[in-house]
Amino acid sequence: MVENRPFLTFLTHAFLILGFLVVALPVYVAIVASTHDVSTLMSGPVPLLPGSHLIENYSTILTSAAAAHGLPNYSHMALNSLIMALAITVGKIAISILSAFAIVYFRFPFRLLAFWIIFVTLMLPVEVRIMPTYKIVADLGMLNSWAGLTIPLIASATATFLFRQFFMTVPDELLEAARVDGAGPMKFFRDILLPLSRTNIGALCVILFIYGWVQYLWPLLVTTDPGYYTLMMGMKRMVTVQDGVIQWQLVMAGSVLAMLPPILVVVFMQRLFIRGLTETEK
Amino acid sequence: MAGIHISEVSKIYTGGVKAVSSVSIDIVDGEFIVLVGPSGCGKSTLLRMVAGLEAISAGEVKIAGRVVNQIEPAERDIAMVFQNYALYPHMTVYNNLAYGLKNRGTPKAEIDARVAEAARMLEITQYLERKPRQLSGGQRQRVAMGRAIVRKPAAFLFDEPLSNLDAKLRVSMRGEIKRLQRRLGTTSIYVTHDQLEAMTLADRLVVLNGGQIEQIGAPLEVYHAPASTFVASFIGSPAMNLVKGELHGDKLAIGPAMVALNGFAPTSGSVTVGVRAEDLRIARDDEEALPFRLEYTEELGAQRLIHGTVGDQQITAAVSPEIALSPDMRIAVDAKRLHFFSIETGKRLPGNVPAEAKLAPVEPVI
Repeated sequence: MVENRPFLTFLTHAFLILGFLVVALPVYVAIVASTHDVSTLMSGPVPLLPGSHLIENYSTILTSAAAAHGLPNYSHMALNSLIMALAITVGKIAISILSAFAIVYFRFPFRLLAFWIIFVTLMLPVEVRIMPTYKIVADLGMLNSWAGLTIPLIASATATFLFRQFFMTVPDELLEAARVDGAGPMKFFRDILLPLSRTNIGALCVILFIYGWVQYLWPLLVTTDPGYYTLMMGMKRMVTVQDGVIQWQLVMAGSVLAMLPPILVVVFMQRLFIRGLTETEK
Repeated sequence: MAGIHISEVSKIYTGGVKAVSSVSIDIVDGEFIVLVGPSGCGKSTLLRMVAGLEAISAGEVKIAGRVVNQIEPAERDIAMVFQNYALYPHMTVYNNLAYGLKNRGTPKAEIDARVAEAARMLEITQYLERKPRQLSGGQRQRVAMGRAIVRKPAAFLFDEPLSNLDAKLRVSMRGEIKRLQRRLGTTSIYVTHDQLEAMTLADRLVVLNGGQIEQIGAPLEVYHAPASTFVASFIGSPAMNLVKGELHGDKLAIGPAMVALNGFAPTSGSVTVGVRAEDLRIARDDEEALPFRLEYTEELGAQRLIHGTVGDQQITAAVSPEIALSPDMRIAVDAKRLHFFSIETGKRLPGNVPAEAKLAPVEPVI
């Protein structure tokens, strides 16, 4: 059916544009705010047009602003965020693809139970189990360490579930052909399952990198050493100043910069995505 | 090259369901065996037990004189062609062919040589750098066969390899499989539910039903002397007519009609009578015949199938298209072309010798 109703087209576009504005406006305001000086921001309504302090604000946040709040360098915090996000991404994918492999391809006692236990953890976000998790991490002496920052966030039901669903669509004959061809379980995993999962891994990389990048509550709890501060924590700390003026223009500049890595990941991985989608494997 | 000996092999699933029960087949070196039967008859299960993809519940499978019950598929020296080809989708055709050899640590030069040879044989040389998804169904089928050939195994196992192809391609691939098998002389087991495929490919047919062997024999043997009503109705198209009859001395009563048997009666009493559609003919005026009420016809071009009833029993006859039809006809059959089966067991009655004892021998064409 070919639709040719100008009014409907107008209406759908109007909704689309409205929705876009609602989503994009805060980001726009943040970008605009990062180009003004502090007195403009403090003196009344938030300006909607860019100001003239762009270079000044961004060079300040990149060089000295964080230190003034007792924080490590911006680049140091960015590196921390990057390490944490990457560790979570890689760790989650590695763990979940292996556990999905075990659940789908091996027969062992309580296999289904194991799957359901993993699945049930989906119902419990990090925040709900944050107390017991903190207790365990503290007892294991993992406070203020990379292990403490990342490991509790690595065990992932979502990714395991996704890989399980994908593996179940892989025809059994492929496994059988590989067996006849002399491939053992790990060889089959490496030579056949892993290349076939490329698209899924790509998609999960994007989702998990962003998940790791925006972690706030957990790093806040387990790290007291500023050496481990991540960008999200740093930005928050810059907002909580006692007896002073919040340097909103710097906070906004820092936030805008912090948005860049996830955007880059999405843009870069999207090309992999589309390639994975157009070159269907079956 | 090797024979395969399957002795008393059973597959019993948890819960006691017997998918295959006590099947024994001796396959000599270089023989092409076709396992044929309706879905669920256990033919694929049997093949997969030979391949090592299913555990053998009871009995013994020997390949080249070696018991392989506990041996991994890769170590059994067999190659398998799957129904959906099971090509590795992310690998090029070359890598698909080479994968099994690589896993065995075959030297690179030999892999190249073997892949090139198989590709030439199957005429897929120009596709070696393509991925499976860039190939048509027939080409994929060839690659799947190539993957089996490069390994130079003791036996090929085919699991309904042609059922995903269209009818025309199926016929040509059928010829190709036969030619290739003759040329390589490799022992083969081929599973199909298509009786035509089974007839055309097999050196010997194994007809399976409900996990048990109904009959083993050369295609024409099975066709001309089916061991049971099941085989009679399964092999041959159109299916053999099976009607209830009564033997009175040397006469056979089918419904209202009587047929003289001229000494071919194997027993007396009630029997199931089988007769091939092509063995029925329009009766001459002066002979005993069955009154046939025509219901409908099917044109096959070379033949015309006429469907109708004799008494209250369905009969199909194959006649020449030139013969004039009328609603009520008289059809006749030579007594020696009749097959008699027991009413109770469905087995062929002893003393019912196959009519076509003398068949022109077919010289194997290489």
